[in-house]
Amino acid sequence: MNTDQQYKISSASEHELEAIWQILETVVDPEVPVLSILDLGIVREVKFNDDQVEIVITPTYTGCPAMDMISMNIKLALVEQGYKNIKVSSVLSPVWTTEWMSEAGKEKLRVYGIAPPNVKQQVCNNDLFAPHELVQCPHCNSFHTRRISEFGSTACKSLYQCNDCKEPFDYFKCH
Amino acid sequence: MTALIDYILHLADTTLILCQRNSEWCGHGPVLEQDIAITNVSLDLLGQARNFYQYAAQLMGDNYDENKLAYLRKEREFKNLLLAEQPKGDWAQTILRQYLFSQFQFLLYQQLQHHKDEQVAAITAKALKETTYHLRWSSEWVIRLGDGTEESHQRMIIAIDELWRYTGELFVPADYEKESGIDFSLIKQTWLKNVKNIFDEADLSIPENVFMQLGGKNGIHTEFLGYILTELQYVQRAYPNSEW
Repeated sequence: MNTDQQYKISSASEHELEAIWQILETVVDPEVPVLSILDLGIVREVKFNDDQVEIVITPTYTGCPAMDMISMNIKLALVEQGYKNIKVSSVLSPVWTTEWMSEAGKEKLRVYGIAPPNVKQQVCNNDLFAPHELVQCPHCNSFHTRRISEFGSTACKSLYQCNDCKEPFDYFKCH
Repeated sequence: MTALIDYILHLADTTLILCQRNSEWCGHGPVLEQDIAITNVSLDLLGQARNFYQYAAQLMGDNYDENKLAYLRKEREFKNLLLAEQPKGDWAQTILRQYLFSQFQFLLYQQLQHHKDEQVAAITAKALKETTYHLRWSSEWVIRLGDGTEESHQRMIIAIDELWRYTGELFVPADYEKESGIDFSLIKQTWLKNVKNIFDEADLSIPENVFMQLGGKNGIHTEFLGYILTELQYVQRAYPNSEW
């Protein structure tokens, strides 16, 4: 194979790779539908194995029940765009962290009414009875908020309430 | 390889059975926030159990999958810790069991995350993050109840009396654990030290000279496991191969 041909193949697959990433951008988290799976940072790799497309994802929480549905939705989105041979596989290592969530994703969460995860350095405190994380209200931007429940409606969220505007809200926990 | 599969099944069974026990609180928690907390803990444990069962099934070959391993094995084939299968009791007993277990699991997974088997290392490294929350939450509750009202204190003492006899098993390796590379004596030493610290704060004491009941790791269970499996496995037994 001469270098010219090699160049063509690699640029063609690069183009195709780009197309697949764009399709993946349309797949959303079923529990937080404003976030795409790319915003969440759970797509680890897109690979071509001969004529097969393989999407490698990683779970947010070990028991996250949305993973099966996400995997199915990835397949459906690709099938819709004409891909036939699709494999979605899952890896656990390295361990997912909210640090992988995109800045755009955090902004989308805030607009949706969920406080986005704080940066990790702020909250790596596992001391007993530690003061609760300082979380900004996504509605009125006040920091004058309090935690109602460490565990919330999904594994990834805590329940807070704003002391100023009085609205309760979900906080996407730093993890 | 057989030892590794047995060990993974032991980890899977323990997390599944404890998940099942804790989930009995769903809709019955003492207050809403804690109802949500204990069911969140259950969900994490279920996720761990699924990861372990899926991996065990992969090592066992084409005839196995996670559902067969969870739903179609008999009582004597389950290798879970006896501690996990004890009844949920009152909130004190549930909290104490979760604490004693999380404290153990935290130390165990700290070692297992460096295990020579990559998948065991990956599953436990992932789970360790959640186990840290479980440990913090249950430690706080042991202190709250032990150092709380006269009644909550009394209930914790009864819970210790009920459960302590099942803690010896945590540190006695089964045959399939002997090659696992886990330093059980280090875990036991640290576990006892940490439990003592929390008990001290909770105004509780570690009982002495307790007879330790063994057996769960080798499939010899207390009477309670059969009842859990009856409920857990009912649908698959009554309607074989039915799917959700």
